[in-house]
Amino acid sequence: MNELIQLIVSGTATGAIYALAALGFTLLWQASGTINFAQGDFVMLPAFTMLFCMIAGAPLWLAFLATCVAAMLVLGVGFKKVIVDPLIRHGVIPLVIATLGVSMALKTIVRAGYSAEAHQFPAIFPAGQFTIAGVNVSWADLGTLVLAAVIVIALQTFVTRTLTGRAMQAVAQNTDAARVLGIDAKRMVLYTFLINAILAVVTALLITPTYLAKFDMGDSIGLKAFFAAIIGGFNQTRGALLGGVLIGVLENLVGFYWSPAYKEGVALMLFLVVILWRPEGLLGKVEERKV
Amino acid sequence: MNARVHLLALAAALAALAIVALYLKRSEVYLLTLWAVYVMATMGLNLTAGYAGQMSLGQAAFFGIGAYLAAILLKLGWPFLAVLPVAALVCFVVGLALGFPALRVQHHYLAFATLGFNVLVYLAMRNEEQITGGTFGISGIPRPTFLGIDLGGHVAYWYWTLGSLVVLGGILWWLLRSPWGRAFAALRDNPIRAESLGVNITAYTLLAFAIGAAFAGVGGVYYASLVEFIEPGPFHFSTSLMMLLAVIVGGSGKFYGPALGTAIVILLPEFLRGSSTPWLKFMQVWYLAVFGIAVVALMIWLPGGLLSIRERLDRKGGPQ
Repeated sequence: MNELIQLIVSGTATGAIYALAALGFTLLWQASGTINFAQGDFVMLPAFTMLFCMIAGAPLWLAFLATCVAAMLVLGVGFKKVIVDPLIRHGVIPLVIATLGVSMALKTIVRAGYSAEAHQFPAIFPAGQFTIAGVNVSWADLGTLVLAAVIVIALQTFVTRTLTGRAMQAVAQNTDAARVLGIDAKRMVLYTFLINAILAVVTALLITPTYLAKFDMGDSIGLKAFFAAIIGGFNQTRGALLGGVLIGVLENLVGFYWSPAYKEGVALMLFLVVILWRPEGLLGKVEERKV
Repeated sequence: MNARVHLLALAAALAALAIVALYLKRSEVYLLTLWAVYVMATMGLNLTAGYAGQMSLGQAAFFGIGAYLAAILLKLGWPFLAVLPVAALVCFVVGLALGFPALRVQHHYLAFATLGFNVLVYLAMRNEEQITGGTFGISGIPRPTFLGIDLGGHVAYWYWTLGSLVVLGGILWWLLRSPWGRAFAALRDNPIRAESLGVNITAYTLLAFAIGAAFAGVGGVYYASLVEFIEPGPFHFSTSLMMLLAVIVGGSGKFYGPALGTAIVILLPEFLRGSSTPWLKFMQVWYLAVFGIAVVALMIWLPGGLLSIRERLDRKGGPQ
């Protein structure tokens, strides 16, 4: 029994990280109709940027802040101006293909320009674990969970309570109507890209100590982020959280009780079951098709 | 281009491909055959991506299913021509089962479903050692004989593959010219209008995807017999990605798009690998980075792929 609870707790922590990546993915989709297949590599790149800063002698917190700024410039503004803006008028598929190209280029640049090895990354939480009611919980899992929860709640509050947040929501729901009401839609979409960039850096900070920094670390994270977003409901911010945690927990259970080899397949199976039974996702709302 | 000129040009190209093999090195003929085998899979993907307008990121999984089926059945002594329909049928049915839940909802969900499927198939190939040999793979896959002719030699197998590619191409051509195929064009151009005219979008898209999968399965059979040894590596989802990019770069929805795109994606890196010029050696390592950026540029300036360049020029130069 304790074993089961332990698996669920650590699965929830991993799932919370998936949820952060999924959250950025969902935000981009809502605000601009962008399906970003380079989402996983958007996590990989900050991991290496932080690593470089630390090799140059910066402490972790400074590396994190510097990377946040760099990510907002490159993965936020740069990605939007250079790739999304010129492509979005061609429809979804060319943009998706372009993000696939970006993903391939980023991976190769890191592999060829730096290294193909996996690199250690310092943990932000203390090692070790504590016991509560007979269940062993690691500080890293607890810390990850708390930090992820704080970020999700903060984001949710920002989106639903502040004027800027509500304007962003309005743009996501109906861009034209929002524009008529005097909302600067372009600026709101840009904010979404900036938030996505920061979420990617935080995801990197949390996941790299366990997954290690490697040029293809984004493949697995990206895949989990897509599935988490769809399972929870593509048009719901809370959905990403539920989807991420479900995947994290089930992966842990399957890995332990059945076979660790098939852990990576859990997200797909869950995805297929959910879309058969509830196509709009667990928390999603049915969307009318635009004619 | 009218039909007669088209046929003549095609015949000339095929004759050139057949004759040139006699003067090439063994490894070069092998590369040509590899190209033809991949074109079988990308041709099928073109049906899904180009004509039905859906993204599939799992073509390498179907390719792999075909290859493993071939490896197992050929080693059991099945004739090559009996393995082909089995591989095609299995991939078709699996395609239906995978595509149904995904396409029923949102069409771009197919991309995610196929991507996940590819991950799962790759895991199964690596872990189900009793069937697939795990990471050691399956070796000693025989090459076929046809009407008593031994196709084991590299040139003979190249002719056999090229001939089969032409037959497959003919089937695809016929499919696209049939009323059934014409519904695709309607679908891609304006799905909502097509639906209101009585085209069942989901059924057509699903069928296109499953047929595309069957083409990959057939390609996989030729692949297994060509390389004579298979292991999970070539069926990783990165191959699916390259296949999709081959279709898009060549020109999705263009009949010869996959042939051109596959040449760029498969032959170019092999050519770079074989060279010793310093500049080309640099490109060996950086090839995928340059290719990725080129894809982005192509999507911005020529989203229809390389073969759409003529239409693009016509549109720009012609009267508005």
